[in-house]
Amino acid sequence: MSKTLFDKVWDAHVIKKIENGPQVLFIDRHLVHEVTSPVAFLGLKNRGIKVRFPERTFATADHNTPTRNQHLPVADPLSANQLKMLEQNAAEHGIPYWGLGHEKNGIVHVIGPENGITVPGATIVCGDSHTSTHGAFGAIAFGIGTSEVEMVLATQCILQPKPKRMRINVHGKLNPGVTPKDVALYIISRLTTSGATGYFVEYAGEVFREMSMEGRMTVCNLSIEMGARGGMMSPDEKTFEYIKGREHTPKGEAWDTAMEYWDTLKTDDDAIFDKEVSFNGEDIEPMITYGTNPGMGVGITMGIPTADAVEGGAATYAKSLAYMDFQEGESMIGKPIDFVFLGSCTNGRIEDFRAFTGIVKGRKKADHVTAWLVPGSHKVEAAIREEGLLDILIEAGFELREPGCSACLAMNDDKIPAGKYAVSTSNRNFEGRQGPGARTLLASPLVAAAAAVTGKVTDPRELLELATA
Amino acid sequence: MAYDKFDVLTSSAVPLPIENVDTDQIIPARFLKATEREGFGDNLFRDWRYHPDNSPKEHFVLNNPIYSGKILIGGKNFGSGSSREHAAWAVYDYGFRCVVSSFFADIFRNNCLNVGVLPVQVSAAFLQQIFEAIEKDPKAEIKIDLPEQSITILATGAKETFDINPYKKDNMLNGFDDIDFLLNLEDDITAFNAQNPL
Repeated sequence: MSKTLFDKVWDAHVIKKIENGPQVLFIDRHLVHEVTSPVAFLGLKNRGIKVRFPERTFATADHNTPTRNQHLPVADPLSANQLKMLEQNAAEHGIPYWGLGHEKNGIVHVIGPENGITVPGATIVCGDSHTSTHGAFGAIAFGIGTSEVEMVLATQCILQPKPKRMRINVHGKLNPGVTPKDVALYIISRLTTSGATGYFVEYAGEVFREMSMEGRMTVCNLSIEMGARGGMMSPDEKTFEYIKGREHTPKGEAWDTAMEYWDTLKTDDDAIFDKEVSFNGEDIEPMITYGTNPGMGVGITMGIPTADAVEGGAATYAKSLAYMDFQEGESMIGKPIDFVFLGSCTNGRIEDFRAFTGIVKGRKKADHVTAWLVPGSHKVEAAIREEGLLDILIEAGFELREPGCSACLAMNDDKIPAGKYAVSTSNRNFEGRQGPGARTLLASPLVAAAAAVTGKVTDPRELLELATA
Repeated sequence: MAYDKFDVLTSSAVPLPIENVDTDQIIPARFLKATEREGFGDNLFRDWRYHPDNSPKEHFVLNNPIYSGKILIGGKNFGSGSSREHAAWAVYDYGFRCVVSSFFADIFRNNCLNVGVLPVQVSAAFLQQIFEAIEKDPKAEIKIDLPEQSITILATGAKETFDINPYKKDNMLNGFDDIDFLLNLEDDITAFNAQNPL
């Protein structure tokens, strides 16, 4: 029978099917961080059991860590306690732990691919909804709750109902200034934040084939923002090139055995999807959000839609615009902004820093803008230095912070103050997400850079043209 | 985790007729620093419930004494966003045993089922009827019958059935969790691991 990419990977990991119930799925790689794991480890302790496969489990500290002075003790006692618990739990169960200051430390979804934990055809979970990032490699990767973290620690298995299959095609080519982030925000704006709930998405079409691995990660990362459990893409030469030789990828004979499996990871020509949608890459322009969920995005030159033009309740829409202090029909271009955040598991990789630097090179940060530039990992940070990007950023009035999730969810001190506007390359613009009362405009690293130097929402293509003229 | 068995629940309900209620609203990230499961109910809907100076926002439904009960009624796409199970813990810890909506986000739904909160998905029309019944009488009782998989507005007699997979239903009825079940598959797990290429 014809199968989709998703079916092939899923079916290869089913240990048992419960009649009319969920399936038991074996999990190849489990990523653990400090915020969603302590109660799971406590559960193991209460049951008197150990982690079943510590060699399939990897721990890092990222959500709740400072982005300055990481060499000093963490000041917040609650945060410090969470970090200490993870370190203790990892040591007790023999799990590799890449804590603060470790050369491999960074955001869980950045370090997975960097260190070859993420491989095609694998099942990967983490107590974090943006685990969908790893789908860029042709893995089934999804976020789980803490009870499920405990399940996977205890048994390396998870009980899950099998999601439906959806394919999203983006054909054609992207225009200059349009990035993978824009493609994702465009899709979410068309499908809404619940448009893919119940589905696992496969991304297909020329736009994704042409995309770099990092771009694919950005797209898959945002799958959850349209409600999908995850999103994935078929592995290709680019994928194998990226993973080859990384620390935890198979080597020698194990690579050849894995490759026999990886070569099958394509959707069969006549496979059937429960839902399929298609878009054209040429229709996409740089995107920006104006509301309080990631589906509330528009092309940067378009105005804020009127209530009758959007799906959903008028009261909810009005509440959202009131929170942002925006009016229906207003233009986004020219809106003054206060903060810029470059980073997160969505856009905290080296290509994102290259894109941002490309715009700010030879320009100056606007005086009234506070900019937080937070690399996704120490390896990204090292690359920023080695490629000379740091010098350009400093020359333009920026500084670089230390790696972590930072202002994406503002668990640490990196909080946008109430009422302030932040152009952010992260993934969620929910009320209070970046700090109580903070107002978030989600966008690409190019749009963030343009805002940082002009102090307002600006079409980055205008600055790109200047840069190439 | 251990939680109370769920059988039949009859209670008044708290209405929250807002769509796309995300888990950052249910429990903001800054309250995720605990290392135990208890106590999150105090911060349920924190920023909708309290001013920055911690005084209650009078107009928010949880601060309105005319509404109470063990059932929370939410708008469409309830629980979107982050995978934080803390959101489901907060709902449970506050005292809710059931959330009713016309649509749930996947991870939140799973998390609820794992911690003893029953997610009940009803039609948009039925959800509207519930909101109207509560508007008419804030003490209007709703009956959730898990064995029968039905929800009834007692004041009007309006009734609808809901879906839940039989495995999860059995767990909820008995207060079981998944780990005991999985631990019994040890031989299958060991065998699978031995032939796994990754």
